[in-house]
Amino acid sequence: MAGSAMPIQTPGDLVKARESGLLKLKPGRPRIAVGLSTCGIAVGGERLIERLKEIITAGGHDIDLVRVGCIGFCKEEPIVNITIPGRPLVILHRVSPDDAEAIVKSVLNGSVLEEKALCKVSSWDHITGSVIYGTGFDTIPDYHDITFFGRQTKVILRDAGFINPEDIDEYIAVGGYQAFVSAITSRSPDEVIDIVKQSDLRGRGGAGFPAGLKWEITRKAKGHLKYIVCNADEGDPGAYMNRNEMESDPHMLIEGLLIGAYAIGTPDALIYIRAEYPLAIERLKKAIGQAREYGLVGENILGTGFSCDIQLATGAGAFVCGESTALAASIEGKTGRPRPRPPRLTDSGVWGRPTDLNNVETFCNVPVILARGAEWYRGIGAKGNTGTKVFSLVGKVENVGMVEVPLGTTLRTIVSEIGDGGAGGKAVKAVQTGGPSGGCIPARLFDTPVDFEHLNEAGSMMGSGGIVVMDEDTDMVDIARYFINFATSESCGKCVPCREGLKHTLLILNKIVAGKGSSADLAMLESLSDTIQMTSLCGLGQTAPNPVLTTLKYFREEYEALIKEGT
Amino acid sequence: MDDTTFHEIISRYPSPSGRILGILRDIQIQEGYIPRDLLNRVSEELNEPVSRLYSLITFYSFFSLHPVGEHMITVCMGTPCHVKGAEKILGTLQSLLGLPGESSDGKYSETTEDDMFTVEIARCFGACSMAPVIHVDNDLYGYVTPDQIPDILSRYGWKGTGIGKPQKGSDL
Repeated sequence: MAGSAMPIQTPGDLVKARESGLLKLKPGRPRIAVGLSTCGIAVGGERLIERLKEIITAGGHDIDLVRVGCIGFCKEEPIVNITIPGRPLVILHRVSPDDAEAIVKSVLNGSVLEEKALCKVSSWDHITGSVIYGTGFDTIPDYHDITFFGRQTKVILRDAGFINPEDIDEYIAVGGYQAFVSAITSRSPDEVIDIVKQSDLRGRGGAGFPAGLKWEITRKAKGHLKYIVCNADEGDPGAYMNRNEMESDPHMLIEGLLIGAYAIGTPDALIYIRAEYPLAIERLKKAIGQAREYGLVGENILGTGFSCDIQLATGAGAFVCGESTALAASIEGKTGRPRPRPPRLTDSGVWGRPTDLNNVETFCNVPVILARGAEWYRGIGAKGNTGTKVFSLVGKVENVGMVEVPLGTTLRTIVSEIGDGGAGGKAVKAVQTGGPSGGCIPARLFDTPVDFEHLNEAGSMMGSGGIVVMDEDTDMVDIARYFINFATSESCGKCVPCREGLKHTLLILNKIVAGKGSSADLAMLESLSDTIQMTSLCGLGQTAPNPVLTTLKYFREEYEALIKEGT
Repeated sequence: MDDTTFHEIISRYPSPSGRILGILRDIQIQEGYIPRDLLNRVSEELNEPVSRLYSLITFYSFFSLHPVGEHMITVCMGTPCHVKGAEKILGTLQSLLGLPGESSDGKYSETTEDDMFTVEIARCFGACSMAPVIHVDNDLYGYVTPDQIPDILSRYGWKGTGIGKPQKGSDL
């Protein structure tokens, strides 16, 4: 699909590319777009698009059929968007291949299959640009009236489900690459860093380190050969934000990464991505290829003298490789075992060179910050916790899906409103955030604002953004054991507290679950957890006891009941 | 693997960053495991001792040194899958296919006697919205329940008889 336009040599070329890209989004004829990320494909999206293709080809109909990413309402998939010129975009849900005939028929009549319509979108703010679709279809509810969507603020997911992730033209159509092109043609690297610093953007990988500051440190680090690396080794079980971001809008990541490379002053960019994400890998490769064809990646970009190439490196299934020094070792083809810091990666990272490492979502924030300015960005979220965060809301919740809200939004809004409470009307008992490093937060603390500090205070952490909902039937001791089992098998084995401490924590938990525990075991769990936290070498061990500590703190009665049952 | 494929895989990685793991990953995907002869060839090609490659293969869970069955079944053990009954899915598979139930160290890979199916577990596919999920070859199945398993298996040639007896103690 891509490749129709000429390489982009001037900012003016980008404007032209944008105009031609818009003709793909609003082609002047009906467009049917099928949401095809990993999950959309798994629930039959591929069969659906094949069926639609057959019907459209057989009938010789003048209808565009494209693949788009995922709009995030996973529960309602497969999702299909219908665009009829002058009319609102209509989102159809739970569409099966059997509906294909009726969909095409209604589109040819200038209408949509109303029984499958979830909502309509009259105009869409892509933040870097906007698209006005049209009016009509009065009986179909508006997008904003669907609670799942209405309470969200889409900044990172602004394009997901609307544009074809395999076509650079559609990303450019909604203002994509504008921020990068402006940056390299009209701003100095220091200015770019300054804007990112002003925005107060904090790293989205979990720790929340100021992103602009990390860029500045790397820029100032000694040595002219440097790396900028994107951590796409999304390892927390229950988290798939990065997968969706890369599958639905890979150019957004590439643009953010290019801006970072320009700011830091390096031509070498790497994306370290987990091997378990084949579709994300494929779409990123395609996207990098298209950006290269357009002259946005490669040598002497837009004749500015700035060059940058992006390379993919795949992980191989080791949770610990999310730790920065382990990740660097893994890129070098070594076992991913962390080393003591300092030196930090910004001084000595991949192949010993100064290396900036940011999470996928951190980079995804950068294009909008440059496009709309630091002040605009600071207007979203809370002081010190600016912007939005994408969460995967999963587990025993009614509305499972990808949720983006301003930082500082309460857990209650996320779980009870957007998530519509427990699945099947059951009572929600707790949520688990932050993956194996995080903790369980009980329902009575659901007024906790979701930001870096408040989650830490509650004994959990932001992590990369997985929110797993537990209901009244969930056994919290089993959850603690589950995470310790996970951390035990993922421990790299280098340091004793993590390797041995976690193993013994697991043995004690097994004993308690088997009804053979005593109250002395609970005291031992607490003191062992303390030791592991304080003496482990890296973040894996330092945070691994959190699930035990938080369940002991908030659900101690469940441990005690198991001990009592046994005696 | 023929010479052309092997060299094509090697040529995909001109730069040292991500090279070794990338090559091993591609071999793992192509062959379903890392055969010993290919390990030797990678060692020669990259001038890396076999022992070092071996340390990588045993460290990273994506790789396997043992041949797998014709169809690969991977059960996701991520948190959402866990709270939605992944253990039962694994138990059902073990029971129907007559595989042992031990998975205490978090790594599990067992092949049926007739080499038709290998069952493994994964820490998370990132397909959490459809929990519990399993992969069979390249197909992802979501919202899986234990009673759907026989139907899913039969799509891959499972005859439902003679493979093994149900294990005792499986959680059904």
